[in-house]
Amino acid sequence: MCRIGSIKSRKPIHPSKALSLMLPQQEGHDNSGFALIMQDLDGVFAPYKDKPLLSMACTRQGAALAKNYMDAEGFVEVATWTPQVRRQSGLAINAMPQYIFRNYDYPEVWADRSQEDKEELLLDTRLALREILEKNGEGYVYSFWPDVLTLKEIGDPRAIATYFRLWEDSGALAAKSIVAQCRQNTNYDIVRYAAHPFFLQGYTLCANGENTFYTKNLEYQKSLHRGYIGFESDSQTFLYSLHYVLRQLKWPVKYYKHVITPLPFAEIEQRGDADVLTRIRESLAHLEINGPNTIIAVLPGGEMLSCCDSKKLRPVVIGQDDDMVVISSEVCGLNNVLPDRDISQDIYVNEREVVLITNELAVQRWKQ
Amino acid sequence: METIVTQELSRTDLRWNIDYRPERCTMCGSCVAACTINAIEVGVERRSMTLSRAAYPDPAREHMSRPVIRQRVSLSQACVGCGMCAKVCPNEAIRPVRNPDNRFAMLTRCLGPAKRGGRTNLNAQRTLDHIIVGRISQMTDPSLDSERHTFDIRAPFGRILLPEHLPLAIEGDSLKQIDRTPPVNWIYPLIFSDMSIGALSTRAWEAIALATAYLNEKCGLPFRMCSGEGGMPVKLMTSDKLKYMILQIASGHFGWNRILRALPHMKTDPAGVLIKIGQGAKPGDGGLLPAAKVAPHIQAIRGVPKATLHSPPNHQGLYSIEESVQKMHLSLSAAFGFRVPVAIKCAASATSVSVYNNLLRDPYRICGGFFLDGVQGGTGAANEISLDHTGHPVVSKMRDCYMAAVRQGLQGQIPLWAGGGIGMTGNAAADAFKMICLGANGVIVGKLMIQLLGCVGNEQGRCNACSTGKCPAGICTQDPRLVRRLDIDRGAQSIVDYMLTLDSELRKLMAPIGNSSLPVGRSDALVSTDRAVAEKLGIVYAC
Repeated sequence: MCRIGSIKSRKPIHPSKALSLMLPQQEGHDNSGFALIMQDLDGVFAPYKDKPLLSMACTRQGAALAKNYMDAEGFVEVATWTPQVRRQSGLAINAMPQYIFRNYDYPEVWADRSQEDKEELLLDTRLALREILEKNGEGYVYSFWPDVLTLKEIGDPRAIATYFRLWEDSGALAAKSIVAQCRQNTNYDIVRYAAHPFFLQGYTLCANGENTFYTKNLEYQKSLHRGYIGFESDSQTFLYSLHYVLRQLKWPVKYYKHVITPLPFAEIEQRGDADVLTRIRESLAHLEINGPNTIIAVLPGGEMLSCCDSKKLRPVVIGQDDDMVVISSEVCGLNNVLPDRDISQDIYVNEREVVLITNELAVQRWKQ
Repeated sequence: METIVTQELSRTDLRWNIDYRPERCTMCGSCVAACTINAIEVGVERRSMTLSRAAYPDPAREHMSRPVIRQRVSLSQACVGCGMCAKVCPNEAIRPVRNPDNRFAMLTRCLGPAKRGGRTNLNAQRTLDHIIVGRISQMTDPSLDSERHTFDIRAPFGRILLPEHLPLAIEGDSLKQIDRTPPVNWIYPLIFSDMSIGALSTRAWEAIALATAYLNEKCGLPFRMCSGEGGMPVKLMTSDKLKYMILQIASGHFGWNRILRALPHMKTDPAGVLIKIGQGAKPGDGGLLPAAKVAPHIQAIRGVPKATLHSPPNHQGLYSIEESVQKMHLSLSAAFGFRVPVAIKCAASATSVSVYNNLLRDPYRICGGFFLDGVQGGTGAANEISLDHTGHPVVSKMRDCYMAAVRQGLQGQIPLWAGGGIGMTGNAAADAFKMICLGANGVIVGKLMIQLLGCVGNEQGRCNACSTGKCPAGICTQDPRLVRRLDIDRGAQSIVDYMLTLDSELRKLMAPIGNSSLPVGRSDALVSTDRAVAEKLGIVYAC
């Protein structure tokens, strides 16, 4: 079973904080990888918050292919940060030759296009790069979005942290929002794309558990949107459902939970909004999940969200202090990063509940 | 040696022979009285025996006449193997025995095309028995407790819209429904399939209706029953129990005069309307009610004279799928104020996917369900040649339809209901569950219902006398003396008991795969031990 965690902070924090959150939970995962998505960036990326940031791991050839494509499309390089990796012998890491984190400016002809158009361009660009690199196994493109950095690697999380010098706070990497996970998807093939968190057009998501309606979800999502691809992990479907409900259908956030874990018919019938809930359950029956899962998501506005499956078969706890709200599969992770918090304020999200953390760190809770 | 005319019909030519033991027989006559086919009669045999009548051995040869029960040698009164004689005999003196060397199929054709009821006797293969629920929750996710968890076992009957077509508007942080949507009823995923009053005796039909109402009102299970073609009693149509009924309209439109006249007096809407285009047991044929079964009350309900009632093979005036949608779906929907879902039932066929595609793409979005009836479906009367040699297996065809919808992102928009052989071996829950995992929203059962009422027919040629009006179980007959053989309450009870068990068994299948709502289309839950089946259905092969 995966362990997942996230931190939303008033002040920029270093990724080592996320490691501190995840490593105490290692008995619950298999130390097969480490992945994180950082948003609302500080450090070296602070000056370029509005410039799309490409996160990529690739071979030398892959880097050249990507560069050629971006140049041809008219993207203009603004800044590049290359992690100074520690090539230490004995590290349990299956590293890629190159890691590229590069900010771009939009092609000149796109300068006057709407924000929505630009967001479609960013998706199309990422998908195109992915396809180019996938052909000969030249690399992986994780995200291409302003103010979003993705790092994923296969290996022992501690070794990965050592390799990328994540324990050392050089000031380069910092963010106010981090979502992390310490396991590759060992249910299926070990593929970098299968490691959550996943990212799509401003939506970040990681999940633990088993999606028993994976086939149903996948068969439905494949025809819904060009960005719903890969499916290397059964948890990607949660991200695509989130994206579909909020971005494509433009429904209010509370309906995400109604889509993935609809209320039983008997309960719907008792509700004032039974008509709407029934229509949703009917129409989106193939996006339901029905296994054990906990979800942590970040919305395009920066809000962080957590909810569970309808039977509460996976754990999650939320702790907080004045500067930070932390979501964790296990309380031992919280204890490590927020040892002095008021534990009476801890929230154990229940099966009907959605918890949303605003950018002001206000914690909103509601029942579906 | 010209003592034998070999063309003469003999006992050994018949499908069933009577095994009679005179030494056990008390000549009570019950078997003869019980045989509805008149396949046995009381006769007299000449016997030659050596007897000793004195107190000491004094053997003497005697010739005597003895009354016996014997089988009639007649094509029209040939024993059908129903076993009522054995059932009624107090001494186990008589029983029918299958005659594997019979010549019946050749000889009976001198009477013209053979007609019978039941289901195909040639294609009784069981695809579903080559499929196992093989994806069990072990470690990766927990199995559920079938006794403790709550399960949402419901299926849609009605047209479902894609989310972008839903009339929802955002008000504040909520959605509001701002317009009507097509009616959808969420019902139990097993419908008591369409068998008419006429095909069934009034008692049999009433027993199923009684069980339906009981399951709804006492057990909280929303089972629905389809009327079959031929209408319903006005009393039922004007009662609140109508909400449990799906009205059927078939190509003969039998019974619809009374239904339309009852419309203004209906207190509640029916659960749905099912347009029958075709039937799996005899695709391409219309309904058939032999004159023998057109009793006075059937004449009254249907408004017909006493004659064999043939429904046409097609709905007159319908020449295309588009027309069907525009004429029948719209007019039937309009008749009930667009409050009642209208679905369509077709015989499974090589063309089923084309039909389903057309319905899915219909701009009116009005078809509330696609019912597919496979070659193993039952019938009250059909030509044997149709029963045994026409039709299409339903499992792969339903799966084809589902996958056609998947390829277009339209799965679930028109609910798929499948029937024809569901519960053939008595395990309807397993059959239903596998069909659901393959993409069906629910299943329809007919033959199983009458078997629960006491029908002894099977697909090995036993009985199948539904078309004769001489049903020995009082189920498929209108003869008042035979109808009284069926105890309505006991019949209804056996249906209720079976369905309660089926509900438990469905939970026992949902629980180990960790699902509390129906796994429609969850084909990954299944494996097949037959490579060809696995390949055709797109599921994993396991051995």
